Amino acid sequence: MVNIWKSFGHVEVLRGVNFHVGYNEIVGLLGDNGAGKSTLIKILTGVHHPDRGEIYWKGEKLIGYSVARARDLGIETVFQERALSEQHTIWRNIFMGREITTSWGFIDVKKEREETERIMRQYMGFTSAALSVDSMVGTMSGGEKQGVAIARALHFQADLIILDEPTTGLSLSETQKVLGFVEEIKKNGKSAIFITHNIYHVYPVADRIVILDRGSIVGEFEKTAISLEKLVEKLYLVARTGRLENNSQEVSVPKDQEKSERDLQSFMP
Amino acid sequence: MARLRTAEHRSQISVLLVLFVIIALFMIGSPKTFLSSDIYAAFMSTIPFSMIMALSLTLIVISGEMDLSFPSIMGFCGYVFTHVFHATGSFPLALLSCILVGLGAGFLNGLLIVKLRLPSLVLTIGTQFFWYGVTQVLSGGLGKTLVPTKASTLYYLFVGRIGGRFPAQILWAILIGFIIWLVLNRHRFGAHIYFTGDNPASARVMGVNVDRVKMIVFTQMGGFAAFAGVLASLEVLYFWPTLGQGYLLKTIAAVFLGGTPVEGGVGTVFGTFIGAIIIGILEAGIIAMGMTGFWTQLVYGLIIVVSIAIHSALRRRT
Repeated sequence: MVNIWKSFGHVEVLRGVNFHVGYNEIVGLLGDNGAGKSTLIKILTGVHHPDRGEIYWKGEKLIGYSVARARDLGIETVFQERALSEQHTIWRNIFMGREITTSWGFIDVKKEREETERIMRQYMGFTSAALSVDSMVGTMSGGEKQGVAIARALHFQADLIILDEPTTGLSLSETQKVLGFVEEIKKNGKSAIFITHNIYHVYPVADRIVILDRGSIVGEFEKTAISLEKLVEKLYLVARTGRLENNSQEVSVPKDQEKSERDLQSFMP
Repeated sequence: MARLRTAEHRSQISVLLVLFVIIALFMIGSPKTFLSSDIYAAFMSTIPFSMIMALSLTLIVISGEMDLSFPSIMGFCGYVFTHVFHATGSFPLALLSCILVGLGAGFLNGLLIVKLRLPSLVLTIGTQFFWYGVTQVLSGGLGKTLVPTKASTLYYLFVGRIGGRFPAQILWAILIGFIIWLVLNRHRFGAHIYFTGDNPASARVMGVNVDRVKMIVFTQMGGFAAFAGVLASLEVLYFWPTLGQGYLLKTIAAVFLGGTPVEGGVGTVFGTFIGAIIIGILEAGIIAMGMTGFWTQLVYGLIIVVSIAIHSALRRRT
């Protein structure tokens, strides 16, 4: 995505954003509420059109971009509300909207259930007897639901999976499960954008961290180039000043540890 | 066959039990009537009309919508059938035009609901009055005989008595029930109806054409209401301009009795099938037991409330 601008009314939500995801790369997209994360993602998935700027996919400029086009290209979003049908079984959900049919549009139930069983083993590592392909999605935990959505995306060969706040509102153990699923994406040779405001969730699985603040990208780090502590420090600075480098004399890194921790809350759930 | 989902399995069994209990009570209370086959032959001739509409309505309720206009569409289509039949003398032509008008009226419901984003409950109150009004205006409030239809073999195909006893219309209801079951449980479109009712937002994201699903379920409702109108008129060999009135609440009750919740997303064809039977046998049974007709409404109310409470409790357990 090159030089993306977008305003809603008089509010400039994105101001010349350049954002890219490499092959088999997990990118953590960090930013506070209102930083423009969801607008950026909605442009990437074809929901909104940018006022200015260009989108490229595998080196090719995209013209007449839409939601359907994004899906065709293999960009799949795992939404906060998870895009699952809670009152239905796992196998029904896996093939939602993309049913395996025989002639006349009849569903090949046997094949869908067998495939689901394979998908659950392959991507979700399910060995537990508590969950079967006939389990209702509504009875599953938050992390498991994310797992179904991610497994579904992997099964349908999505090249880029967008995870919209996948860990928000989940318990610690559930979060660990989701992080496991994200690693699965990497192992399968696919890419992902992990959107969050919690650095502690995204740091362990991301290859690169991008920080978005007030409509601009203020920082970009390869994980190998920065430690978690350094990153947290930088985030804190962004939250306070909107800038990454502390090059102004008026703003100093506060000594007040308590206050700094309180400010950091904005990057945590 | 795939294993039934447990909650639905239980709700289907519970509605079947309610039916058995009611029949048992009737057999004890009025053995003379309920141990003879005559009463069951009578049931098979009267139940199919509302059963066919209830089966069709189940699809609308599962998709998260409601239709209150089908009794009036039934009445109007009965008028169209009678009118075209008298004008042309052709049974097939009358049937075809009647079904097409029904599909058209249903499609209009769907179109207005989807395109104007109108709540179906409110819109179909409007179209309910509208079609009833159209029927009254065009018929001038007068009925018409359908005795000449007996000259057509189609009459016997629809409401004849097989072996002089077995009403053909029940076979139509069973056939329609099977087709609707097949679509709902084995066809891609059926899956899309469930997804639309459960979570339209996620269905849309996953590529389900939610608007198209809603248009189709309303359209088929119109078609089946028309068909039920033809059957009901042929059965009595007379078109009444009030045809359809009185079916509304009984048909809706059959759907809810059968375990399809008003919120949509789940529901079964089998449940509605049994629900329609329960609704259909109650009135005759209550009177046969020696209670006055005044009791029927009271017992209807009790059975409906108790059954819905059972379904709701069963669903919460999962």
